[in-house]
Amino acid sequence: MAQALTTESLSTAKSSAVSPSRPREGSAVSPRDLAIAVMDLTVAYRDKPVLWDVDMSVPSGVLMAIVGPNGAGKTTLIKAILGLVDISAGRVLVGGKPYEEQRRRVAYVPQRGSVDWDFPTTVLDVVMMGRYGDLGWIKRPGAREKQAAMEALEKVAMTDYAHRQISQLSGGQQQRVFLARSLVQDADVFLMDEPFQGVDATTERAIVTLLQELRDSGATVVCVHHDLQTVTEYFDWVTLLNVRRIASGPTHETFTEENLRATYGGRMAWLKSASQTERSQD
Amino acid sequence: MFDLFTDYTLRTVALGAGILGIVSGVLGSFTVLRQQSLLGDAISHAALPGIVLAFLLTGSNESLPLILGAGLAGWIGTLVVRSIVRNTRIKNDGALGLVLSVFFGVGLMLLTYSQSRPDASQAGLDKFLFGQAAALLRNDVITMAILGGVAIVIVGLFWKEFKLLSFDPEFGSVLGFRMGAIDILLTTLVVIAIVIGLQTVGVVLMSAMVVAPGAAARQWTDRLGVMVCLSALFGALAGVTGALLSSTGARLPTGPMIVLSASVIVVVSLLFAPNRGLLWDRTRTRPSVLPAEEATS
Repeated sequence: MAQALTTESLSTAKSSAVSPSRPREGSAVSPRDLAIAVMDLTVAYRDKPVLWDVDMSVPSGVLMAIVGPNGAGKTTLIKAILGLVDISAGRVLVGGKPYEEQRRRVAYVPQRGSVDWDFPTTVLDVVMMGRYGDLGWIKRPGAREKQAAMEALEKVAMTDYAHRQISQLSGGQQQRVFLARSLVQDADVFLMDEPFQGVDATTERAIVTLLQELRDSGATVVCVHHDLQTVTEYFDWVTLLNVRRIASGPTHETFTEENLRATYGGRMAWLKSASQTERSQD
Repeated sequence: MFDLFTDYTLRTVALGAGILGIVSGVLGSFTVLRQQSLLGDAISHAALPGIVLAFLLTGSNESLPLILGAGLAGWIGTLVVRSIVRNTRIKNDGALGLVLSVFFGVGLMLLTYSQSRPDASQAGLDKFLFGQAAALLRNDVITMAILGGVAIVIVGLFWKEFKLLSFDPEFGSVLGFRMGAIDILLTTLVVIAIVIGLQTVGVVLMSAMVVAPGAAARQWTDRLGVMVCLSALFGALAGVTGALLSSTGARLPTGPMIVLSASVIVVVSLLFAPNRGLLWDRTRTRPSVLPAEEATS
């Protein structure tokens, strides 16, 4: 379907914003200089489109939120970038190249609920999994991997929990373990699926600081985010998504009431009062 | 019991049952953790037509061709499950149930047909239904040991990959591992673990041996490595106990005796294991109850 458009829209991906607020003048940036370029992406489960003709450009060194109602395809967008779901049309470039060639540059924090936290293993062991990709087949993690994992645990203030069984952790601690696992991946592009889900205010603050430090050190961080109240405070870029890409760009230009209305439709009024308690189901 | 050291047949039987217990215990740990317990059931039932066809084609009742036939059929069964889940709207449990009953039905039909042939009685194919450890020969045990040994070595080599597959397969594929291939490898090893036990335990109950030791071992530890070792130990214990009970006693069928032994281990583990055991839960939630009262209640 959208396949035919793929090549020509390479150059126009940036400027094809539906929203009235066009992403800033930087549309001269070619997909090669972008951390992530999503072009005409369509993903469907069976006959139902989850993402429809989505364009998204993520410049290097931004901290971006992907925002949208439940079922908007936020998680699917992240998984499509990572090659975890089959895409029906369109393409994704990471650092100007297909993801398969850039794996080592990309770290992933899945939704906390996507694994069984009763699995018989320790915090340290889970964090070391982030090194498995560099280790390759068969080789076992050793002292170097352990040291990298301990350093990452220190960054998320979880050193004391290194040898705990993972089922003994609170939600916020589980989230920090997943963050540490992504840190040891030694990546410069981070894709995170709701890193603030189910964490308390203190942990949320600590995680935001960590993400901003990552950004300031030159990394690109993209988060699926649910809390509209904190978008302007935490993120400098934002993508509004509801199956289609509604708008994408710097937060101060893009995160407008008009765009939000277009994203959430008639549910806007309800959302304003209830966005705090919104649960993630997609 | 002293016969164990002197009686040649008993020693062979105990050795065979121990090997099958170790191998199914090791591989069973992963199926339990991956919540794929029904997969073992589907594989073992699906193996039956393979056993009978292997006999009909080769006319041999040596264990190796029969095990190969069983393994091939069991493996095809898992591929059918996979393709049903991928290409239809039938979910995993439905696909497993379908494969299990259809393959087993075909197996029973072939078994009945083969038994109408004059040379079938000596093959003793029906021992594959409920298992007969007493029929184990030295060569059978050697075959079991080689296949099982290879399976366990492969588990050791791909330990990290299997852990990743069991805990977070999506993360594994993000890291660049071909998780589909790792899944097929692990499933193939489960097939091996199952087919080497079929002659002793039988297709009907073999799945218990891939679930029970792992489920029991999980109760006692929070480390994957310890769990796999314990599971192997429990599997061996259940295998040897059950096989000896059936060989020495009143000619009881081996499969049920082994599975009963495994069940005792599971019940004890569910009740008494520290931290996860049911009684432990009680002492923690109601600290006023004395341990002595608990034991009798």
